[in-house]
Amino acid sequence: MKILQASIVGAAALAVAYAAQAQDYRSQAISVMKRDFHAKGIATMDRLDEDTLQQICNRSDNNPPKGLAESLQHDQLQGIKYPADGKFLGDWKSGEKIAQRGRGMTWNDKQGKTSRNEPNGGSCYNCHQIDTKTTSFGTIGNSLAHFGKTRGYGPDIQKYVYGKIYNAKAFNLCSKMPRFGHSETLTEDQIKDLVALLLDPNSPVNK
Amino acid sequence: MSSIKLRAVVALSGLALVCAAQVARSEAAVPKKAAAPAKKAAPESKSAIAAEFEKFRDIMEDASPAELFEAKGAELWKQKRGPKNASLEKCDLGLGPGVLKGAYVRLPRYFADADQVMDAERRIVYCMVTLQGFKESDLAKQPFSKGSHVPDPVSLVTFVAGQSRGMKIAAPQKHPREREAYKVGEEIFDYRAGPWDFSCATCHGDEGLRIRTQDLPDLSTKKGAIAAFQGWPGYRMTGGLMHTLQWRLNDCFRQQRFPEPAYVSQTLSDLMTYLAVNANGQVYKGPGIKR
Ligand code: HEC
Ligand code: HEC
Repeated sequence: MKILQASIVGAAALAVAYAAQAQDYRSQAISVMKRDFHAKGIATMDRLDEDTLQQICNRSDNNPPKGLAESLQHDQLQGIKYPADGKFLGDWKSGEKIAQRGRGMTWNDKQGKTSRNEPNGGSCYNCHQIDTKTTSFGTIGNSLAHFGKTRGYGPDIQKYVYGKIYNAKAFNLCSKMPRFGHSETLTEDQIKDLVALLLDPNSPVNK
Repeated sequence: MSSIKLRAVVALSGLALVCAAQVARSEAAVPKKAAAPAKKAAPESKSAIAAEFEKFRDIMEDASPAELFEAKGAELWKQKRGPKNASLEKCDLGLGPGVLKGAYVRLPRYFADADQVMDAERRIVYCMVTLQGFKESDLAKQPFSKGSHVPDPVSLVTFVAGQSRGMKIAAPQKHPREREAYKVGEEIFDYRAGPWDFSCATCHGDEGLRIRTQDLPDLSTKKGAIAAFQGWPGYRMTGGLMHTLQWRLNDCFRQQRFPEPAYVSQTLSDLMTYLAVNANGQVYKGPGIKR
């Protein structure tokens, strides 16, 4: 709680400091967008509001001072809900489907579901190489091929991967990777299935 | 490989015939999904797809479907239309009423009559409203090509863009409002928000990135920004539809998980100013083909 308060104060101070430079055009940009956009389907207007993290990343060119980044990361880490049963590994076959699916959360989709009534996808392959048999993969993120084989299969790495998918910003404040649990894009079971995709020794990712 | 080529040529020459017939009857329509060449059969690896696409583009260079929309747009430009039964021949795209040559590569720019910085499509819609009496709210109802419907502004922008083929992009930055549009556009480009924390820069702010096999140009650099103009307006093989930059930016905001920007709004003009000024000095090859 103390840390949370401290970082909010820090954040506010930083926001003020950066505001001095970019205030005019930035706040102009925000008011132009708020005037020009309209809600469409599930994509409501509040999506244009920055949360504290987005604000700090936006105002520091994605590179906030180290101390502030650490305390904000700590806040993000506090918000991760780990599975109550203490188990991280789900079903890698289902995880593969979630990783392949790029739909969900756009104005074409439904609340909690894609336009085709499927559960939201994680669009992991949009950014990462994962199973090397899939050659259509993006490069915004690093390769996750042979992830367990190279990083190990133990409970610590399982917990890390669960947390990383739940909230990537808890480990790297201005990461390009979305916060899939925090944003309620993926459910606990879906995240477990993705952990299994990367860390089940039987997953093709580790073959 | 050769069968892909053949199918592509057959599909497109079929399309060309149908389109030519329709241009002759002056109806802005293309058959639904006329050309989705070898989508399933395409090899997945990036280099193979890129190579295939390059070949395909070479084949089509002589008979680009975009030219059919240019022809359609040229007709629409001259026709007396709308509640005021007027043509667009007095429309001022920045170089004086009716001057089309080189106008597209000098947009967006500030227009005193509208007191706005406007990109090509926004300006053309402005002319359709002021000269011909169309309502902007009607034009905004279905502004993008869909099925067999190709909105008139799409053909008109393609026509106007064709009048700048082979010229250097030279978006002006003389007027203070133009410089302001650039700065605000830059801020919009970098603005991370929404459930997935995305900005334009997440996908277009570094060199050499891809989403799946699609190359993402770094639009913040001179070298990358030309991708925002080269081949736009473009005939998109995915779905077989003709689209302008208005559509491209709209669909990127969708992928960004943002709400929807209004058609021909300042947000889009400012973004296009940012992209155009970044691309200044490079040669625009005209409307084209997009995968
Ligand atoms: C928009 C891009 C993007 C998407 C989508 C994305 N990631 Fe990432 N991911 C990244 C980036 C960039 C990094 C590296 C920087 C960092 O660690 O934050 C990363 C890092 C990771 C890491 C840590 C790797 C390491 O070496 O420690 C894991 C695990 C991961 N991603 C899994 C996933 C999974 C699973 C999904 C789908 C649910 C996913 N990512 C979706 C961009 C993305
Ligand atoms: C989540 C990823 C993502 C985001 C965010 C995104 N784009 Fe895109 N953008 C793409 C993809 C994918 C393509 C298509 C590339 C292709 O077809 O090869 C694309 C294409 C484009 C193009 C056409 C480039 C060309 O080569 O023809 C422009 C211009 C563009 N985007 C601008 C923007 C702008 C401006 C924003 C912010 C409003 C934005 N994008 C946000 C993924 C994204």
